[in-house]
Formats: sequence, structure tokens, C-alpha cells
Amino acid sequence: MARAVLRMQTADMDEESYEFPIDRSKVREFAKATKSRNPAHEGADAVIPPTFLTHARLAWEPLEMSPVLDLGFDLGRLLHGEEEYVFHGPPPRAGQTLHVTSRMGDRWEKQGKRGGVMRFAKIVSDFRDESGELVATQTTTLLETGN
Amino acid sequence: MADNENPPQVGDVLEAVEYPPLTRTDIVRYAGASGDFNPIHHDETFATSVGFPSVFSVGMYQAGLLANFAADRFGPENLRRVAVRFSSQVWPGDVLVTSGTVSRVEDAPGGTEVDVDLLCTRRDDSGAEDVAISGSATFLLG
Repeated sequence: MARAVLRMQTADMDEESYEFPIDRSKVREFAKATKSRNPAHEGADAVIPPTFLTHARLAWEPLEMSPVLDLGFDLGRLLHGEEEYVFHGPPPRAGQTLHVTSRMGDRWEKQGKRGGVMRFAKIVSDFRDESGELVATQTTTLLETGN
Repeated sequence: MADNENPPQVGDVLEAVEYPPLTRTDIVRYAGASGDFNPIHHDETFATSVGFPSVFSVGMYQAGLLANFAADRFGPENLRRVAVRFSSQVWPGDVLVTSGTVSRVEDAPGGTEVDVDLLCTRRDDSGAEDVAISGSATFLLG
């Protein structure tokens, strides 16, 4: 109930987006953690590493905006199946603040090899820049293994 | 880095990269950098209590290695798409190898689009090998 009220309020304000500020030290830290020594990820206008946008949902998404909670999947049987990032132009850089909206995408089921039904769902996040232009789209495919 | 002297061609093989055996420190460093604090990846007591032999890597860690591998060749600023599929879990001690092959080169608005097929394999300490991640990436070279 409290969650529904919050959703209405945020929808009125800004269509349930949340801010994702891209910080140069986080870009550098992420690049090093994924073994990149590319100088493009250093400096005040460092370009983000290819998979950096994963950080948005993990660190900045308000819990009540997470579509994962709406899946109804057993978190103990939840696996990450696929991940995709599409950049609609040059990838974002440090210093930008993006606005993120997430939604549930396609859902489907198939028979598991070891019995039981596997359930799949896509979570789609759109990243917009300060002017509202769509700069990137993240698609995460999650699956719940059969019993 | 993009090499304008030698434009990529279909079938070009990217020189494979082999990484040192995965350490728990690698996993923890990635957990902190990404914000993924699922204890299954860093808390040995928790991981063994739910039936795993040890902690195991975050899938997006090896996805990051694989995507960086491609971006190092064609430039991270030129990346337009990267997609990965997770196949098997990666454990401490595993040796990861990233490799790739150019699968498409085509003129496009703004430059030349290059697709690369990507693979991250895993070798455990018994020498057994399998695919950890497969994927693909698209770059737009100006």
C-alpha cells in the first residue's frame, strides 16, 4: 500500500526516474576492477567502461522502483541469463548526470532440462541525458530455475 | 585502439588475453566497484552454508573483462552495443581467457560498423575448460 502511494507521487513528479550521476573516480575504480588499463577511463571527462551502467541499478535505484520485485521470482532460484547495453550515440562520460527509468519487458517460460518450468523475464532500463535524450538502453534477462 | 591504417576485416582475430588465476580479491574489488554485494560472491561462510563449495565470481565481472577486451581493440568511445550470455560459473583459481573474431564490417551513417563475436573461456586447476560467457559487440569507427 505504501509502495503504491509512493509510485503515484513519483510518477507525478518525473515518471519514476532516478538520477545516476557519473563520477570520474567511480569510472576509474570500475575500469580497474574489470582489469582495464585504457586511458580513456581516466580524467575529468572519462568515457564509461562498456558495462559500467550496471552500477546504476545496483547503487542508485530506489528499492521501490525496482521491477525485479514485481517479478514474483524466488530469489533463491534467480539467475542472470543475459545482459545487453545499447548506446544510441557515443557512450556517456564522467560529469554527466543521467536519468534512469526501468520497466519489465518480455516474460516467457520453458521446460527445464532437469524438470520443472524455467521462467524468464527481461528488465529494460532507459538512460537519458540532461536534455532528455535517450543515450543508452540496458536489457537484463533474468531466469528462475525449475524446482 | 582503432587502427585507421589497417581497417578491420571479417575474420580478423583479436589477440586473446589470458588473465591470472581469479582471486577472492578480484571478486571483492568488483563487488565494491559495481555495488553488487550479494554475499554469495564474497562471504565464504554464507556461500558454503547454502551448498556451494566456495564463493564464486560475479557474472558481470567476467562480462566486464570481455567487453573491455573488445573495447581495448576498437576504442571504448566507439562502442555502440555489447551483449553477453552467461554459461558457467567462475570460481577462485580459474584462469579466464578472452578472445574475439570480427564477424561483420559494413558502411553505416557516421562511419563503419564493426561487429565482433566474443568468448570468455574458463580453465580450472584440473585443466578442464568450458565457456563462461559468449557475447558480441558493435563499434562505430569514424
